[in-house]
Order: sequence, then structure tokens, then C-alpha cells
Amino acid sequence: MSDDDKVQDPQRRDFLGKATAVVGGAGVAASCWPLISSMNPATDVLSKATTEVSLGAIAQGDAKTVSWQGKPVFIVHRTESQIRSMNNSPGGKDPQPDGERVLRPEWLVIVGVCTHLGCVPNRTAEGWTCPCHGSQYDLSGRILKGPAPRNLELPPYQFIADDKIIIGKA
Amino acid sequence: MSKHPVVQWIDRRFPFTAFFKHELTEYKVPRNLSYWWNFGFLAGFVLVLQVVSGVFLAMHYKPDAQLAFASIEHIMRDVNYGWLLRYMHSTGASAFFVVIYIHMARTLYYGSFRAPRELMWWSGQVLLLTLMATAFMGYLLPWGQMSYWGAQVITNLFRATPFIGDQVVVWLRGDFVVGDATLNRFFVLHFFFPFLIFGIVGLHLVALHFVRSSNPSGINLKDEDNISLHPYFTFKDLFGLGIFLLIFCGFVFFYPDFFIEPDNNIPADPLKTPPHITPEWYFLPFYAILRAIPDMLGGVVAMTLSILVFAAMPYLDRSQIPGGSRYRPFYRAMFWAFVVDLSVLTYVGAQPATDEMALVGRIATIIYFSLFMVLPIISKREEAWLFVRGLPQEVMAMIAGEKESDRRKRSMDRRKTERRQGEE
Ligand code: HEM
Ligand code: FES
Repeated sequence: MSDDDKVQDPQRRDFLGKATAVVGGAGVAASCWPLISSMNPATDVLSKATTEVSLGAIAQGDAKTVSWQGKPVFIVHRTESQIRSMNNSPGGKDPQPDGERVLRPEWLVIVGVCTHLGCVPNRTAEGWTCPCHGSQYDLSGRILKGPAPRNLELPPYQFIADDKIIIGKA
Repeated sequence: MSKHPVVQWIDRRFPFTAFFKHELTEYKVPRNLSYWWNFGFLAGFVLVLQVVSGVFLAMHYKPDAQLAFASIEHIMRDVNYGWLLRYMHSTGASAFFVVIYIHMARTLYYGSFRAPRELMWWSGQVLLLTLMATAFMGYLLPWGQMSYWGAQVITNLFRATPFIGDQVVVWLRGDFVVGDATLNRFFVLHFFFPFLIFGIVGLHLVALHFVRSSNPSGINLKDEDNISLHPYFTFKDLFGLGIFLLIFCGFVFFYPDFFIEPDNNIPADPLKTPPHITPEWYFLPFYAILRAIPDMLGGVVAMTLSILVFAAMPYLDRSQIPGGSRYRPFYRAMFWAFVVDLSVLTYVGAQPATDEMALVGRIATIIYFSLFMVLPIISKREEAWLFVRGLPQEVMAMIAGEKESDRRKRSMDRRKTERRQGEE
């Protein structure tokens, strides 16, 4: 019998014990992944299509709310004076020029989900006010006041005709 | 007393009689427990009530965004006694929180969270968190406007998670907004969590029967002042249950809509938030704290802390004087200040977000946290002051006795180790 055939080898036993624990732990962790991943949006949810909106029916000064990927999107046909006052204002705590927030100045297209906790802000004369915790946005969707940290988001969209946009495709 | 042959048969194979003896008829409880000690039993009763009414509701409910709202109407109108099941369940949720909050207030007032009952306090805290999660997910199921926007706002809180906030929110919902996937998983988890609660209640009770009940005097009673749980306290519990059921049935049968927001009778509309959303009353103080902080991340952190801070109580209260508020005027004053502050926060949480309300909320939030923060200093000073001023004989004897028995135990341990080392 050679020396390394000894039955009593505590060091080797400790190593095997630890290795088993590590491999077993990694196995358990890895097998949790499918469970966690299954809770993410399924492919049919992810593939929720784009939304086409014809703008013809929206008069100057009016607004319309459409649903895109389940979220409300506000489309506002802004007036000359509204565009002017938005151009003259830098915004609030998340400043951004109005020009960067629109493709054509008379059409404002923004995601109507408050950047605080996700309520849908209500339209006011000056823009929007969130009913949940009182965040106020201007007519460019920029945050002026309240707990919301950021401006209302801009969805990817493009004009496919003079009076038609497609949301979800930039 | 001769036992039934079936019981005899079982007893030879399973500790059936022995278990009841050990945990009920021969389990000793201080004879001076007041009615404030009824609320643990009541919480257990309400848990059973929720599971029973819930299982029967689930036989008719449909967890589908297209069908959920109508299935609740179907339960209310067409299912035999469906209205009763639903009103028992919706009133039961509020009753659960009433009972649990009183149970916690009792523990705080009498200082029963201190050694050796820390694990009871912490397991209770886990129970509270699980209960909150269960109620929150259950509230989405009727798929009304309040359900929907409550779930939207609360899942959005997880945006405050560092770095992966947006992904976490989408993962929780299974969609970009609260949708069908969210409703389906909330239903499953709402069904499953109460069984987790049963398990944790089991641990809570094992710990209880190991450390035993505290009592209003805070003093460990002599053996002859302890009496068996059954029949003495089981009957006191049953009497309390009678009173509880009178009040509970009063709501179920006469004011069933008291705990249901009118807006929740409007089907969920993902494109329109109701003008004034409020959470259920039992979340209002925490919601007020969330709104009190102007910064989003700060608000979420403050709200989380406002619940978790309770876990620190066994360390924040540094006084050794037994009996909680009983012998401690400053601690008692702080307890009542806390109760008043919570009521103010509850009120503020229910009001629309105006500047004045935000100010009141901010002040109440500062008081909320200050009370916890000054407790270590006040409890220590109060202890010194009370020693000088004098305490009842039994209390002093108990403090001295504990020190004495500690010393004896330590020296015994030491002797044991020495002996063991000697043998080796
Ligand atoms: C820990 C105990 C529980 C609490 C605190 C609780 C709480 C709630 C709440 C607040 C609602 C919304 C009530 C409404 O607006 O009508 C609800 C609904 C519901 N719960 Fe529970 N629940 C519990 C246990 C269970 C169990 C064990 C089940 C079934 C296995 C269940 C099944 C349901 C169903 C089907 C609904 C929708 C029907 C309805 O809205 O009335 N619940 N629950
Ligand atoms: S969700 Fe809009 S202010 Fe909080």
C-alpha cells in the first residue's frame, strides 16, 4: 500500500467537502436562472407592435392620448404662442431645449407616464400635473416642480406622411 | 381518565396527547395577562378566515386582465353567497391589519421585544412584511382603477434600485406596464404567500413556547402565579373572539363598502389615472413618508427605513427596567407621541398632495425618525434617573436577580469548560 492510499486524509476530505459545496451552490444558483428569467416579459409582450396615428383630426391647441406598448402617449398640436414660450424657457430641474424634444415644433409627442412613480399626468392649461404626488410638467413635457426627477420621456417615432406618425420606430 | 382506544393507538405511534399536554393543558402562562394579549390569537383566526374565504373566492375568480373585473361582479351577483365571501375577504384584510397593529403596539408598550424575545419580534416583523406584500398583491385582483394605479405606483418604487432599476420594474411586472402578466403572477403569489405566513407563524409560536409570554408587570412571576393556557386563556381568547366577531360582522353586513374605495368599482384604465389615488388605510403612514421627501430615491429609502427601523428596537431601547412603559414615564410618553405621530401621518397620506400637507408630512416624518434616534439616550438616562428615584421592590429584586443568575450561569459554564478541558 502506498502512502497516498491512506484512508485517513483529513486535508483531502476537507477539500472534497468544500469543492462539493461550491459546485452544489453554483448548480443551485444556475438552476434559479430559468425561474427568474421566466418572469421577464414574454416574446409576445416584447413584440407588441408599433402604433400608427393620423394627426389630421387634432386641431391646433388640442391633444390626443394614444396607447403604445400599453403606455399612454400624449400628442399635442401646439399653437404658435405655445411654441414660442417653450422656446424661451430652459425647462426646470432637467433642462433641455424644446427644439431637442420635437421633430416638428407644432407636434409634441411624449410618453404620458410620470417619471416619478408612473401615474398618468392630467392636462392643464400650462402643461400637465400628476394627480399622484403633484409633479408639474410644461408644454414640452419638461419637469418644473414636484418629486419627478426627469422630463417626460420621448418615444421613438417618425413622420410617415405629413399628417401621420408611427410610434415605436425612429 | 381512560383514553379512547383510537387515541391510545395513535399515542403509541405519534406524540398526540403529549403534544396537547405540553403546549396547552400544561403550558404555563402568567395569570395576569390582559386583553391586550388576545391579539396574537385573533391574528391567527383572521389568517384562517382569509385563507378559507380566499380559497372559495378563487374557485370563481379569473386572473385575466380581460375577465378579472367582470368575474368579481359575477361573484357579487351570481355566485351563491359570493357577496359574503368577497365582503368577508375584503373586510378581513383590514381587520388583519387592525389586529396586527394592535399586537405590535402591545409589544412596544410593554417592551416585550427585548431579550429574550428578539426572535419573536423579528419573526413578527417578517410576518408584517409578508402580510403587506400579500395584501398589496390581493388589492390588484379586482382590477379596478385603484387596484391598477396602486400596483403601478408601488411596482415603480423599485426603479430606485441602483443601476438596474428599470429592468427590475419590468421584471416584476412581466410587461412594460402593469398588465395581464402582472395580474396573473400577483394572483399566484397572493395565493401562495399566506402559506408562507403559516410557516412563519409556526416559528413565531415555537419561539413563544420556548421563551414564554411576558406579562403586563414585566416581572417574572412565581411558579404558583402561572396557570395553564388551556382552559384559562383559551377561553379568554374565545371571549375576545366573540367581541371581535361582533365588530367584524357589523362591517361585513352593514358597512361592507367601508373599506372599498368607490373608484375601485371602475374597471382599470391604463391610460387614465384617477384624480386622487390613495393606498389602503393600512399603508397610509408609510405613503405619507414616501411623499414627504421631495427626492424620489430619498422618498423610497425613507419609506423602507420607516418599516425596517422597528427591527432595531431591541438595541435602541437600552434600559434594563422590565415592564416596558409600566414603570417608565419617559418611554410611555414616547410611545404615545409615536401613536399620535402615526395618526397624523395616516391623515396626511390620505390627503391630496398640496404644499401645506407636504409640510405637515415632513414634520411628522422628522418626528417619526427622531423618536427612534433619541431612544438609546433617553432610555439610558431614564434608567439612571429611575434607579435614583426608586422603583418598586419586586422590580429591583428582579433586576438584581437577573444579574445574580447571569453571574451564576457564567461561572457554571466556566466550570463546565474547565472540566471538559481537564478530561481531554
Ligand atoms: C394573508 C391573508 C390574505 C390577505 C391579507 C388578503 C387580502 C386581499 C385583499 C386586500 C384583496 C382585495 C379585496 C377587494 O378589494 O375586494 C384580496 C382579494 C382576493 N384574494 Fe385575498 N388575502 C389573503 C389571503 C387569500 C388567500 C389564501 C386566497 C386564496 C387562495 C385569496 C384569494 C383572493 C382572491 C381570489 C381575491 C379577489 C377577489 C376580491 O377582490 O374580492 N386571498 N385579498
Ligand atoms: S407619480 Fe407623478 S408625481 Fe408621483
